[in-house]
Amino acid sequence: MAGGGEELKLLGMWASPFVMRVKLALGFKGLSYEDVEEDLFGGKSELLLKSNPVHKKVPVLLHNGKPVCESQIIVQYIDEAFPSCTGPSLLPTNPYERAIARFWGAYIDDKLLASFLQSARCKTEEEKVEGQKQTAVAVENMEAAFKEISKGKPFFGGDTVGYLDVTLGALVSWVQAAEKLYGLRLFDATRSPLLNAWAERFAALDTAKAVLANVDKLVEYAKHRQAAAAAASSN
Amino acid sequence: MASARGGDELRLLGTWSSPWVIRVRVALGLKGLSYDYIEEDLSNKSDLLLKSNPVHEKVPVLIHAGRPVCESLVILEYVDEAWPSTTGPPLLPCDPYDRATARFWTAYVNDTFLPAYRALFRSLTEEQRAEAFKNAVPKVETLDRALVECSKGKPFFGGDTVGLVDIALGSHLVWIRVVDEVAGTNLLDGAKFPGLAAWAERFMAVDAVKEVMPDAGKVLEQYKGFRAKWIAAAGSTST
Repeated sequence: MAGGGEELKLLGMWASPFVMRVKLALGFKGLSYEDVEEDLFGGKSELLLKSNPVHKKVPVLLHNGKPVCESQIIVQYIDEAFPSCTGPSLLPTNPYERAIARFWGAYIDDKLLASFLQSARCKTEEEKVEGQKQTAVAVENMEAAFKEISKGKPFFGGDTVGYLDVTLGALVSWVQAAEKLYGLRLFDATRSPLLNAWAERFAALDTAKAVLANVDKLVEYAKHRQAAAAAASSN
Repeated sequence: MASARGGDELRLLGTWSSPWVIRVRVALGLKGLSYDYIEEDLSNKSDLLLKSNPVHEKVPVLIHAGRPVCESLVILEYVDEAWPSTTGPPLLPCDPYDRATARFWTAYVNDTFLPAYRALFRSLTEEQRAEAFKNAVPKVETLDRALVECSKGKPFFGGDTVGLVDIALGSHLVWIRVVDEVAGTNLLDGAKFPGLAAWAERFMAVDAVKEVMPDAGKVLEQYKGFRAKWIAAAGSTST
């Protein structure tokens, strides 16, 4: 439970992996919060526009009314603002290990996710192939990172979930949805056996089960968004 | 330079004009840390660089007691945390909310401002230049407002002293001015953005910054060299 007098409100959207990332962090830290669902396509709320005027995006975490934006920044904020809550620290305490966690956190969004999205969304065959190539490299790097960082333990964070588990774990439902939508498999038993096992292990955790969106619903959502985009561009 | 605490070995792999390397050099200077600087030839990367940053093969890389730290902002936070009680004040504030704010604006510099500025840096035609400039100005407006919010009337984004946001943005100032000179633009226009322009002067006057900023004339020559290559490459693609 959040401490007495601490109000946490999360502006989000059920399908956003970046919102899921924040919910995972809140869940693993044992913090309760008000979950506010934004209608991103119908009309963003006044509160969202006021709280994130620069990007107008979710997630936004409001702590006693003060907004924190950008999912990885929010996760680090949660870790630092609530040091004595029920869950363990998400970032390691050792400065070098923290640097490693931050490095791979950036890599997950800037390289792994970016190339995966390119391979899924790109229109030309050439761009798609390039995206797939880069994704394969990114997965290979991530697999090696997991091996080195976990040191044989179940999670990036060791025995318990840490920063990288939350950062990458947030993508797991979409990774599964992408397989159904595009036939693209991000983690597989042959080329990334450790990450493949980790993904299953992570998704089986109670907090993950409570937070990660239903894969079939994501598939339906993606198809709906694609149709809406196609209709818009043909007008 | 003041000596590193505890005789820990510090090496920095960099290139003389890279603003990302300058970020790290400014931070190390502010912290009073001495280090071995190794100039890399990016067309012929050293074994040490390739071994230390196999994922990106880029500079800067900070090697501390043999262990590499990569990515300029990761290095900055590492330097702040690994040497908490050095001569200079912390690069990040102590309060978690203020830290989140500093990280937000640093991410804005990296993910929103710099890509827009990069389009100006890379523009070859008058048309591209005008488009890029038009797109970059609103980002500068936002940073001008951010300065007011973060500084709360004090000289820097970090308050009384230089902080993470100051370093992240300020380290690009020589390049911004060089690109302005060649493009005939004025991105940090003192008339439109007096707060930010004054901040830029203050940042450039800080000792730790003056010591490591590359010579503007040399940067200009390097930029002209890049442009000549890009123009030649653009001209040689047949239509």
